[in-house]
Amino acid sequence: MKKKKIYPPKFPKKFRRVYLDYAATTPTDPRVLKAMEPYLKEKFGNTMSLHSFGQEAKEALEESREKIANFIGAKPNEIIFTSSATESNNLALKGTAFANKEKGNHIIISSIEHPCIMESAKWLESQGFKVTRLEVDKYGLVNPEDVKKAIKKETILVSIMHANNEIGTIEPIEKIGRICKEKGAPFHTDAAQTFGKIPINVNKMNIDLLTASSHKMYGPKGAGILYVRKGTRITPLLHGGGHESGLRSSTINVPAIVGFAKTLEIAKREMKREKARLERLRTKLEKGILEKIKGSNLNGHPKKRLPNISNFWFEGIEGESIVVELDLLGICASTGSACSSEKLEPSHVLLAIGLKPWQAHGSLRLSLGRWTKEKDIDYVLKVLPEVIQRLRVISPFKPWKK
Amino acid sequence: MEKVGLYTKKVIGHFKNPHNWGKIKNPDGIGKVGNIVCGDVMWLYIKVGKDKQKREIIKDVKFETFGCVAAIATSSVITDLVKGKTLEEALDFDRKEIVNELGGLPPIKIHCSVLAADALYEAIYNYFKKKKREIPEKLIKAHQRIEKDKKEIEKRYKEWIKIEEKMRNR
Repeated sequence: MKKKKIYPPKFPKKFRRVYLDYAATTPTDPRVLKAMEPYLKEKFGNTMSLHSFGQEAKEALEESREKIANFIGAKPNEIIFTSSATESNNLALKGTAFANKEKGNHIIISSIEHPCIMESAKWLESQGFKVTRLEVDKYGLVNPEDVKKAIKKETILVSIMHANNEIGTIEPIEKIGRICKEKGAPFHTDAAQTFGKIPINVNKMNIDLLTASSHKMYGPKGAGILYVRKGTRITPLLHGGGHESGLRSSTINVPAIVGFAKTLEIAKREMKREKARLERLRTKLEKGILEKIKGSNLNGHPKKRLPNISNFWFEGIEGESIVVELDLLGICASTGSACSSEKLEPSHVLLAIGLKPWQAHGSLRLSLGRWTKEKDIDYVLKVLPEVIQRLRVISPFKPWKK
Repeated sequence: MEKVGLYTKKVIGHFKNPHNWGKIKNPDGIGKVGNIVCGDVMWLYIKVGKDKQKREIIKDVKFETFGCVAAIATSSVITDLVKGKTLEEALDFDRKEIVNELGGLPPIKIHCSVLAADALYEAIYNYFKKKKREIPEKLIKAHQRIEKDKKEIEKRYKEWIKIEEKMRNR
C-alpha cells in the first residue's frame, strides 16, 4: 500500500453525525419529554405538601410507581425511586449489608459488574464484609453452579448483573435466582442495560432486588429505581424527611419519574419490534466489520447478548485513537482501553473474559438504539476499515499479517 | 488554544496527518520504548549524516507508534523538532518543547511526551553503541532509567501473565 493513499485521510465533505453509544446514555424520546413537561411547569409541586400542588405531584408519583411495578410483575410499594442506577446499586449492596450484618457478612458478585457494584463491594470489604467475586467464562457468562457453590450460611446478598454494559452478554439470572431462592440468599440484579429492552419478571426470575435507570431507555437522566421485594431487609443510605417509605429521603424528582414511567409505556408497545430491528442492524454491522477488517474480533456471547451492543477488538492498535478518529468522522463510540480511562487501566470486563491487556486496549464498543438507521451502519462500514488501516500502518505491531 | 474534544487542534492535526511515520531501512539507531501492556509503544528510527560543517546531524527520522492520540501526536511532533538537528542539539532536547509545540496536553497524557523524548534518547544511545563510541553521561543516565522502568513493567507484566494463565486454565 502506498503511503500517499492512506495519509492525509480524505474526510467526507458532508459531516454526518452517527450516535452509536446508546449503552452510555440515550436521548430522551420526544413522547417522554411531552409527558414530563406539565410537571416541570404548572404541576411543579412537592409530593410532601398537603396542598393541591403537592397532591397533584403525589398522584403522578404513585401512578408512575404503579406503571413501573406492573412492568416487572412487582407491587407498587416494592418500588423505591432513586436518582440513578449507581445510587440504586449502592443502596442494594450497602443497604442490604448493613441491615443484615447480624445475620452474616458475605456478599457474592461477579467479576464483570459495573464499577458502582465493584467499588461498593470494595468499600464494604473495608468495613469488614467478605466479598466473593465469581469468575466468568470467555463470553462473560457466570456459571450458576459457581453461585451455588459460593453461597454460605453467612451469605447476605448475591448480586449478578442482568446484562453486561460493555459486551452485552446476558447472564442466566433466572437460574441464579432459583438457586438463591433455594439457598435462602437474597438476589439482586443490576438491570440498567436490560430494562425496557428484554422482558423482566421479578417473580419468574426470583429477583429480590433490581436496579434500573431511566436514561438508558430514552428517559431523562436523574431517575432510577430499586425494586425491593417485600420482606427483604434493607437500611437507607439517605436519611431525612422519610420519603419512599423511609428508604430514600430526598425531594421527589417528579418530572423525571413521570418520564421514566412513560418510557415503559412505549417499551411495552415497541420492545418486540425494536429488538428485532436492532438485531438485524447489529448483525449487519458485525458481519460487515468482521468481513472487511482482518484481525478484528467480536467480544461477548455470540447469541446470549443484548440486541444493541457490539464489542470488538482490533489487533495492533489502540482504542482511544479509534474513538477519537471516529469522532472526527462524526461517529460516537467508546472503548475499554486504558488510555481512555482516568485510572490508565484497561477494562476489568475485557480482562475478566480473558483478553490480554493489549487486546483490551484495542477494543471498540458500538451500541445501537432507537434512532439508529441502516444508513448509519452503512456509513460505519464505509469509514471504519479506513480508520483501522490508518492506525495500523503507523503501528509497530502488525500481528494481523500472520 | 482551541480544542477538539480532549485535545488541542494541533494535537488533532498531528494525529490526523502524522509526519515522518513508518520505518527506516537499515537505520543508524533505533529507540524502542513503552510497553504494549500499558498501552503505548513508540519505535523511533534515525539515520545520521553530516552537515556542511561536518557535524553529525539527524538526517532522517521516522516513527512507528501503537497508542492513544497523544502518543501518536507526540511521536509525530518530535520527528519534526529533531529532523536536521545536530546530535548535540538533539541531546539537549527538552521534552517541554513537545508539549509547547502541541499547545498543551491533558495532564494525564504528559507521560506520552516523556515517552517520545525517551525514544529519541534511546535511538541516539543505540547509534553511539553501534559505533562503539563513548556515550555521553546524560544518555547513559537516561538509558539506565528507561531500562529500570522497563524491568518494573516486565515484573508487572509477569503478574499479568500469571493472571492470564490462571484464567486460561480455568
